[in-house]
Amino acid sequence: MASYILQGETGDWEVVIGLEVHAQVISHSKLFSGAATEFGAEPNTQVSFVDAGFPGMLPVINEICVEQAVRTGLGLKARINLTSVFARKNYFYADLPQGYQISQFDKPIGGEGELILDLPDGSTRTVGIERLHLEQDAGKSIHDMHPSKSFIDLNRSGVALMEIVSKPDLRSPEEAGLYLTKLRSILRYLGTCDGNMQEGSMRCDANVSVRPVGSTELRTRCEIKNVNSIRYVQQAIEFEARRHVEVYENNGTISQETRLFDSVKTETRSMRSKEQAHDYRYFPDPDLLPLVIAQDFVDGIKAGLPELPDAKKARFMAEYGLNAYDAGVLVAERISADFFETVARGSAATHDNGRAKPAGGRDAKIACNWVMGDFFAALNATGKTMENPPVSAQDLGALIDLIGDGTLSGRLAKDVFALMVETGKAPAVLVEEKGLKQVTDTGAIEAAVDAVIAANPDKVQQVKDGKTTLLGWFVGQVMKATQGKANPAMVNEMLARKVLG
Amino acid sequence: MSNLTDLTLAEGRDHLAKGEFTAVELTAAHLKAVEARRAINAFIVETPQQALEEAKASDLRRRAGTAGAMDGLPIGIKDLFCTKGVQTTAASHILEGFIPPYESTVSGKLKAAGAISLGKLNLDEFAMGSSNQTSAFGAVENPWKRRSDPTAKLVPGGSSGGSAAAVAARMVMAATGTDTGGSIRQPAAFCGITGIKPTYGRCSRWGIVAFASSLDQAGPMARTVRDCAIMLGVMAGFDPKDSTSVNMAVPDFETALTGDIRGLKIGIPKEYRPAGLSDEVAKVWDQGIQWLRAAGATPVEISLPHTKYALATYYIIAPAECSSNLARYDGLRFGRRVPGKTLDEMYALTRAAGFGAEVRRRILIGTYVLSAGYYDAYYAKAQKVRRLIADDFAKAFETVDVILTPTAPSAAFGQGEGTDDPVTMWLNDVFTIPTSMAGLPGLSLPAGLSADGLPLGLQLIGRPFDEETVFKVAGVMETAANFTAKPEGL
Repeated sequence: MASYILQGETGDWEVVIGLEVHAQVISHSKLFSGAATEFGAEPNTQVSFVDAGFPGMLPVINEICVEQAVRTGLGLKARINLTSVFARKNYFYADLPQGYQISQFDKPIGGEGELILDLPDGSTRTVGIERLHLEQDAGKSIHDMHPSKSFIDLNRSGVALMEIVSKPDLRSPEEAGLYLTKLRSILRYLGTCDGNMQEGSMRCDANVSVRPVGSTELRTRCEIKNVNSIRYVQQAIEFEARRHVEVYENNGTISQETRLFDSVKTETRSMRSKEQAHDYRYFPDPDLLPLVIAQDFVDGIKAGLPELPDAKKARFMAEYGLNAYDAGVLVAERISADFFETVARGSAATHDNGRAKPAGGRDAKIACNWVMGDFFAALNATGKTMENPPVSAQDLGALIDLIGDGTLSGRLAKDVFALMVETGKAPAVLVEEKGLKQVTDTGAIEAAVDAVIAANPDKVQQVKDGKTTLLGWFVGQVMKATQGKANPAMVNEMLARKVLG
Repeated sequence: MSNLTDLTLAEGRDHLAKGEFTAVELTAAHLKAVEARRAINAFIVETPQQALEEAKASDLRRRAGTAGAMDGLPIGIKDLFCTKGVQTTAASHILEGFIPPYESTVSGKLKAAGAISLGKLNLDEFAMGSSNQTSAFGAVENPWKRRSDPTAKLVPGGSSGGSAAAVAARMVMAATGTDTGGSIRQPAAFCGITGIKPTYGRCSRWGIVAFASSLDQAGPMARTVRDCAIMLGVMAGFDPKDSTSVNMAVPDFETALTGDIRGLKIGIPKEYRPAGLSDEVAKVWDQGIQWLRAAGATPVEISLPHTKYALATYYIIAPAECSSNLARYDGLRFGRRVPGKTLDEMYALTRAAGFGAEVRRRILIGTYVLSAGYYDAYYAKAQKVRRLIADDFAKAFETVDVILTPTAPSAAFGQGEGTDDPVTMWLNDVFTIPTSMAGLPGLSLPAGLSADGLPLGLQLIGRPFDEETVFKVAGVMETAANFTAKPEGL
C-alpha cells in the first residue's frame, strides 16, 4: 500500500494509530446476570437487580461469555491466560448503576496476538494485538427526549463486551479501516460478535498520534471515543492527524485527552483533558474470585474453531487457483465463502480447460467470476442479502453446468441469469420455457452460415484478402440470425472453414 | 413453664415439638418484650402482624408434621439483610424507604426453616462502627448497666448492636448479625451473649447490603453456644448466586458439642496482651485458659507476629471496598434522592444528606487509598500484609486446634464516650480484625463480669471451615463459665 504521508510545512509526517474495539459478546444472557441481551427490546425490560445495582446483589460469571472470549482470543492467535482477574473501574454516571464497571485491568484473559491485514494489492501486513479482556457494558443515557431530563435504559447494562486492543501498528486511515473490516470478519466467523457497528455491538476508540517520517518515537496520543462506523473512524483519524501536524508545526503541544468525533462537521472535539480525566481507582473485584480456566477447556474450544478467513483464503488460492484479491473478497464473509464453495463444488463439469478444479467440482475460476461478477451485481441491484440471495448457489451452479455442457452460450447464460434473478426459477426451467437452448445442430448452424456467406460475397472476399478481423462480423450475423442460440464455438469453426477454405 | 422469653432456641424448639406451647404463644410473649423494651431502640422496623401470621402458619406446619429446624422460633434480622416487602435501610438515611423486592439468601433460609422474624434490627450505619452510635435511626442502648452508675446509658457494641441488645434483652431468642471486622463478636461480648462469625464463604452474602465484600460474613447471635450451632446450621450453605460462597457440605454443628476437648491444643497468642489491655480482661482470659486446661486441653503459646499491622491493614482494605460498594447509592434508582441542577450536584447533595459522618469518612479514606499514585503504597501493600496475617494463623494452626483470645479490650463503654477520636473507637476491634482478615471462624462467648457488673467476652478462633472444633471448645468453656447473669430488670 502506498504509504500515508501528511505533508507539512516543516516536512513529512506519519500517523501512528492504535485501535480499541469493544465487541459485544454473542450470548443469551449478560456477563454477570441472567438477564437477556436481545437488541431492540423495550427500554428497561431486560434488567435484573444485579444489572440495576440493587443493594446486596452479586455478580456471577457467565461461562458462555468466557468461552466466547477464549474463542476470540484463539481466533486472534492470542495467548490465553488461564488465570485472569476481574477488577472494578470506578466512576459515577447515571447509566452505570453500580458506580463501577467490572472489567479486567492488569490480568486480562487474552494476551498478545496478531491480525493480518489484506491490502488491496493482494499483499498482507501483520498488526499486533496487545490484549483482549472481558468487561460489562454500561446502560444508555438518552438526553434528547425531554428538555431538562435524561432517560436511562439499562437493557445494555451488564452485557458482556470484549475489549480488543491493537498495538500502535496502524499507519493510515485506510489500514485502520482494513483492521476493523478484518476483525469484524474474524468475529463473525467465530460467532462471538455480530460486528454490527450501527447497533453498537461493535464500537471503536482510536488512539492517534503523529511523528516525523523516519522517527520511531511515540508522541502524545489523543483518544477518539466511540466512533460507530468504519468510515467515521477513518475520517476521525484523518482529521485528528492533520490537527496534530498543525499544532506541532505552530510550535504547539498536544496534550493527552479524550476527544469526540462529530460526524456532521467531520471533526474531533475535546471531551475531557488529562486533568479532568477520571481516576478509575481500579482494584480487584472482591465479589469475584480470580477467573481460572483449565487448559482442557481452552483446547476443547480450539479444536472446535471454524476455518478462519486467513486459512480459507490460502486454501481458496491453493485449491481453486483464485488470485489473492478474489479469494480475499470471497472469504471476507463466511456466508459468501460458503456460497462460492457451493457454486464451485457442484456436480461434475463436462469440460476441463486445464485450470485447477477439485474432484467432482465445477471450474473454480468460472464459478468465481460468476459470483464476483453477475451475482454480486445482482445482490447490490436487488438490495438482497447473502442470507436471502437473489439466486441460490445451487441454481448458479446449475447455470454454470448448462454452459459447460453446451446447452447455453456465455451470452445466453447472462440472459438466463437475469431471468433467474427476476423470476427465482431454476435455469433449466427457464431454458425450457423460453426456448433459449443453444443450437448445436450442425445442419441448422451450417444453413445460417451459408446464408450469411451467400448474402455477403464482397466481405467474404475481403476476409480471403487477409482482413480476418471481419470474421467477427460474420459471427455476429450468424448469431443474429439464430437469435443468439447458435453455439459460438461451432459458428467460429464453421466460418473459418468455409470462408478461409 | 418459666418465662417464655428466657428460653434458649434449643429449649424453645424442644418444647414446641412436645406441644407444651404454640408458636403463636411464644411469638406473642416476645412481641410483648419488644414493646416493653422499645426504649433501647433495638429495632428499626417491627413486624408484629406478619410475625403472628407466620407463627400461626408455623403451628399448622407443626400439626402437619412438616416443621422445619427453627420452626416457630422468634428471631430478629439485622437491618443489613434485604427482606422482601420489609423496609431495609442499613441504618442509613440514604436507603430510607427502600423495600427490597427480594429476600437475602440467609434470611430466606431462616424463613424456610420456619423461624419467625419480629422485625429489622438496628446497627451502625452500613455496619460501620463499634458502638451502634452511627445509626441514622438513633443509638441502641445496651440493656446492661454499670453497678457504679446504673443510670448511664452504655453502648451495645457494633455494628450488630441492635441484634446483640435484642437477644440480651430477651426480645428475640436469637438474631442474625454480620461481621466485617468484629461486628458480631464485639457486640456479643458487650451484651453478654454468644455469637459466631463463620469462615468467610460459609454463608451466602447474596442480599446482604455490602460493606467490605472480602470480609463481610453473616452469622448467628444467641444466648448459648448450642443455639448458635443450631442457627448457623440453617444459615450456612453454598449459594450459586454468591461467587465467594464455598461449595462444601454443612455439618451438623450441634453434634460437635460433645463436651470432650481432651488432647486439644489451645493456642494463646503472646501478641494479644498489649500494654493497654485492661486487667479485668486479662484476668478473664487467664481464667479461660484454666478452664480449658482443667477440661483436658493443652494451652500452647503461639506467635501471630503480624497482628500488630492488622488494624491498619483493615482500615485500608475495608474502606477501599466500601468506597466502591457504596457508589451505587446515588439517588437514581432507590432510596433517598436530593434533586440538583446537574447530575453531579444531585449526587453530591444526595450522598451528603444520605450518609452519616462515619460512612463519609470511610468512603473518603477508601477513595484516597485506591487513587492513582497511592494504590501501591496503601491498597497493594495492605493486601500483602493481609496475606502475612493469614499465614501467621496458618502456621499457628499447624500446632494448635483452636486459638483463645479476649474478644474486646474492654467491657461496654458509655454512649458518647470515645466518639471524639475515631481511631480510639476503631481499637475496639483489635482482637477480632485479624481473624476477619484471615477469613477464619471466630466465636465470642460471655466468660464473666467486670467489677462494675458488665459482661466480658472471650474469643475462640478456628481453622478455616472448622466451626465444629470452635463450637466444641466453646461448649466446654460455656459450661465452665456458667454465665447466668442477666441485665438488670430481666
